[in-house]
Amino acid sequence: MRIEFLYWEECPSHPDALARLRHVLRDEGIPDKVDVIRVDTQEDADRHRFPGSPTIRINGVDLQPEGVQGQALLTCRTYRTENGRLSPLPTVTMIREALRADRPMTKEEPHESRHS
Amino acid sequence: MSLAIRERLVPFSLPATDGSVVSADQLADRPVLSVAFWCNHCPYVKAWEDRLIALQREYAPRGVQLIMINSNDPAAYPDDSFEAMQIRAREKSYPFPYLFDASQAVARQFGATRTPEIFLFDADRTLRYHGAPDDNFEDPGSVGHHFLRDAIDALLAGREPATATTPPKGCTIKWKK
Repeated sequence: MRIEFLYWEECPSHPDALARLRHVLRDEGIPDKVDVIRVDTQEDADRHRFPGSPTIRINGVDLQPEGVQGQALLTCRTYRTENGRLSPLPTVTMIREALRADRPMTKEEPHESRHS
Repeated sequence: MSLAIRERLVPFSLPATDGSVVSADQLADRPVLSVAFWCNHCPYVKAWEDRLIALQREYAPRGVQLIMINSNDPAAYPDDSFEAMQIRAREKSYPFPYLFDASQAVARQFGATRTPEIFLFDADRTLRYHGAPDDNFEDPGSVGHHFLRDAIDALLAGREPATATTPPKGCTIKWKK
């Protein structure tokens, strides 16, 4: 599983988001091999198609693809949580569901669909 | 360097989304004045937005006035243009003035760096609280310390706010290059 964590230093949500991602990886028994990518310039943002900080991609798929709009930009990103709230951080539930959706299905561990 | 506790309000006069011009002098009769640096695009603002709308509605009968000021550079962040501010204020039925600091001079005079960032003034317009609205931007039901609300209550009761400063938590103000 390829996990990318992209962030812009100026937005203060990234330490909490990365800690939350690593916590869920531990919980799920997934090796913590996060590719942490710092985005500093508009050129970086364009190259990484960066929609805002923080952005988490699992096997190249954005954690909340419906939240990716418009041009790449150095900005803080808004997530809509499972409770309908707007937040600078993805929730544990969002991260967990995205990870489970991308894990290979096994007999011991049936997985849930990522998005309804 | 931001305004320090007990420093005086910096006078300002800025255009509002409703077409008026709002100055601090016009609000001299209000016993408590909160100036919040604000914007459209920031998720921290969005997370706290409904709480501050509710706070203004709850405390308006007691003369408390909240004012929001957007100082971001709209050339770099089009979501923070004056036109976008007008749309946002209409959509959310803002019960407070939403002002545009196009030159960014007011933000610089306050020493503001974040959105949201609250500066709360008493009846004499001295700064009595500076910082975040509360301690949990994610979940209104899990707030442990209602910094702004508690400071407003203290000022209305003629008391010293128990907490005078907290670190503002939010997006950086987007300065012009």
